[in-house]
Formats: sequence, C-alpha cells, structure tokens
Amino acid sequence: MTKIEVLGPGCDNCKRLEKNAREAVAMAGVEAEVTKVTDYAEIAHYGILRTPGLVIDGKVVSSGRIPSAGDIAVMLGGR
Amino acid sequence: MTTIALPRWRLPFPLVVGLAVVGWTIAWFAAAPFAAWFAFDLLGLEPGSHLGEAVAFFAFDVPKVLLLLLGIVTVVTLIRGFFPPEKVRNALAGRGNGVGTVAAASFGIVTPFCSCSAVPLFIGFVEAGVPLGVTFAFLISSPMVNEVALVLLWGLFGPGIALVYMGAGLTVAIVGGLVIGRMHMERYVEDYVWELRGVSGSLPDVHLTWEDRIREAWTYTRDLVRRILPYILVGIGIGAFIHGFIPTDLVVAIGGPGNPLAVPLVVLIALPLYSNAAGTIPIVQALLGKGMAVGTTLAFMMAVTAISLPEFVILQKVIKAPLLAVFAGIVTVGILFVGYLFNFLIY
Repeated sequence: MTKIEVLGPGCDNCKRLEKNAREAVAMAGVEAEVTKVTDYAEIAHYGILRTPGLVIDGKVVSSGRIPSAGDIAVMLGGR
Repeated sequence: MTTIALPRWRLPFPLVVGLAVVGWTIAWFAAAPFAAWFAFDLLGLEPGSHLGEAVAFFAFDVPKVLLLLLGIVTVVTLIRGFFPPEKVRNALAGRGNGVGTVAAASFGIVTPFCSCSAVPLFIGFVEAGVPLGVTFAFLISSPMVNEVALVLLWGLFGPGIALVYMGAGLTVAIVGGLVIGRMHMERYVEDYVWELRGVSGSLPDVHLTWEDRIREAWTYTRDLVRRILPYILVGIGIGAFIHGFIPTDLVVAIGGPGNPLAVPLVVLIALPLYSNAAGTIPIVQALLGKGMAVGTTLAFMMAVTAISLPEFVILQKVIKAPLLAVFAGIVTVGILFVGYLFNFLIY
C-alpha cells in the first residue's frame, strides 16, 4: 500500500493539498493511506523549507506548491 | 507531469499567453474612460460632487488594482520560481556575516513565504549553517518588502515611492540582521533545532518547462487574487469614501507632516491588519492624495506587511522569548525610524 504524507502545520494550503491528494488517490485507483504531519520537528526531518510538502512512500515529491489532483495521480500511477 | 491537465487548454499555449497579454493591455487603457463613463454618464453623478468622486474612484481602482495584481503577480511569481529558498539557503550557507546579511535581505524580496512556512524555513536555514543574523535578515526582509505591495505602489504611484519602500525595507532588514548577529543570541534558539542538524532528507529535483512555470504562476496568482479579493474591495471602498467625503484638512491635521505622533499612530492602527496588504494600498492611495505625509504612509504600509502577530506566535516554536522580543523590537523600531526619516527628509 502506498503511503502519502502531507507535511504542514495546518494552514489553508496544507488543507488544499490534502484534499488534492485524496482526490488523486481516487483518480489513480491505487490503494493508499493519506496522513498529515503537523509537528515541526518531524517536518524538518524531511528537509523541506516551505510548506506544504508532499511525501510519497518516504520520498519528498513537492514542497512550497500545491500540485493538482491530476499531477499527484500521475505521480502515484508512475510508480 | 501535466498530461492529465492538458485537455483544459484547447488553444496552443503561446497563443493563449499572447491573447491574455493583448486583453490585459486593452483593459488597462479602457479602465479610466470606463470609470468616468460609469460614474458621470451611466449613473449621472456630478463630477466634483462627493458621491460622484467616490464612485469614480471605486470604478477606476477596482479594474486597475485587479489588472495590476493579475498581470504583475504572475510575472513576479514566474521570476521567483527561479529563486527557491533551497537555492537561497545553499548560496548563503558559505558566506560571512556582512556579505551574507546583505545577500539574504536582497533575496527576501524575490523569495516571499507564507507565515506558516516561517518555522520550516528557519530550521532549514539554521540547520544548513546559515548564521543566525543572516537568517533573520531574510526573515525581516521577506515580509517587509512585500511583493504585492511593491507592485501596487509602482503601478499606482510610479517607481519613486516603490523604490523608496524597497530601499527602506532592505535597510531595516540589513541593520536588523547585523544587530542580531552581533548580539550572539544563539542560546535563545530552542534546543531541538540544534539537535536536528544534518538530518535533512533529499529534495525533489523537478525539471519544469516554461509552460509548466507559466501555468503554475497563473494558478498561484488566480488563487491569490481570489483569496484577497474581498479585502481589496473593502479597501477600495474605504479609499473611495476617504477620497470623496473626508476633508483634506482633517487628514493633514492627523496624518500630515505637522503631527509628530502620526508615525506611531499609524503603526498601531496597522497591527491587526496583517495579510490584507493589498486592501490597504487603495486606502493609502486616498490618504496620500489628501495630504498624508510620505514617511507616515510608508510606515503604515510596512507595519501592515511586516508586523504579523500570527507569525510571531508561530516562531515561538523555534526561538525563545528574548530573541523573539529583539526581532519584534527591531522591526518596530526600524519602521518608526523609516517613517520619521522620510518625513524629515521630504518636509
């Protein structure tokens, strides 16, 4: 199962990214679990400077921007 | 990466961009005649009357401010796509305090961040070995020289005031960074930040084409304008009211160069107005037109964008109270100083 993590303290951008990620999971038809990471120390472990960050299976795929559900679905389908 | 989104664009992409530029230009030149026609012909208001002037101000400012935001924020976003904070951090990590502080303050103009990114940014900089003073120069300049405010100032008042605003913001950021660097306040950074050193993971290495970049800049701008639109409309509404109804004498008495307390007064007023930078410009425009002093106006603009209570609260997670107080103090004193200096120089 794919593990998707949304990194961000919980501002609007992070919420929108989480929504896009959930839509992408439905679009790509893959089995995935979407979780949120709100703790700053944990976010820092991924080495991102800007929130929101998106992590798929432990790998940072974007930071500081909000990829569309379509883009995320492509990332999910491409693995 | 964008294959799924493609069918939305039926015309060839360069043509869409070209049409957008042409449409923008036509709308820009049509705004003033439209406002006059709307207020004085369609509504039949008297030119020079209180209501007529207020309505004309509103009908002229709404399209003008929206066009400026849509056009220039897209371009600014496009440019700053080439200066991600990751690159800035790597460029700053090896520098000495002096050069680093000036560079960090300059980077702050093109690399803004939302206040919820302040903490990851701070941790990332410190972790990479960027000195504390240099980090703060960036943290001060980035919100202080707000790109939306800069662009609107340029569009509504011309390059003079916009450049003065930028220069003043840079100066405060550089001096602030140097002072914090000199005070050796590293012990006031929360301990866990130091313990995180060296744990950075790998960053995504995304290759973006021009089309990707333009699209992303446009999407960002559209979302931004949609989010701040209510504030802009309220701001222009207040500006229109001031322009049409508030007597010039009153504005001069309170905000003019003759009132020594005007600068701290406007900074106090600006405190709760954070994040509504775009909405305050039309108010500032009207006030300046009614005789408010330039330094006072600059102080107001800077206080609105740079003194952010939510950001201070968020930063508490990584820095202890004394350092936070020094940071807030430098920003506030810097703004007051800029206000008084410009009032002194100009009048």
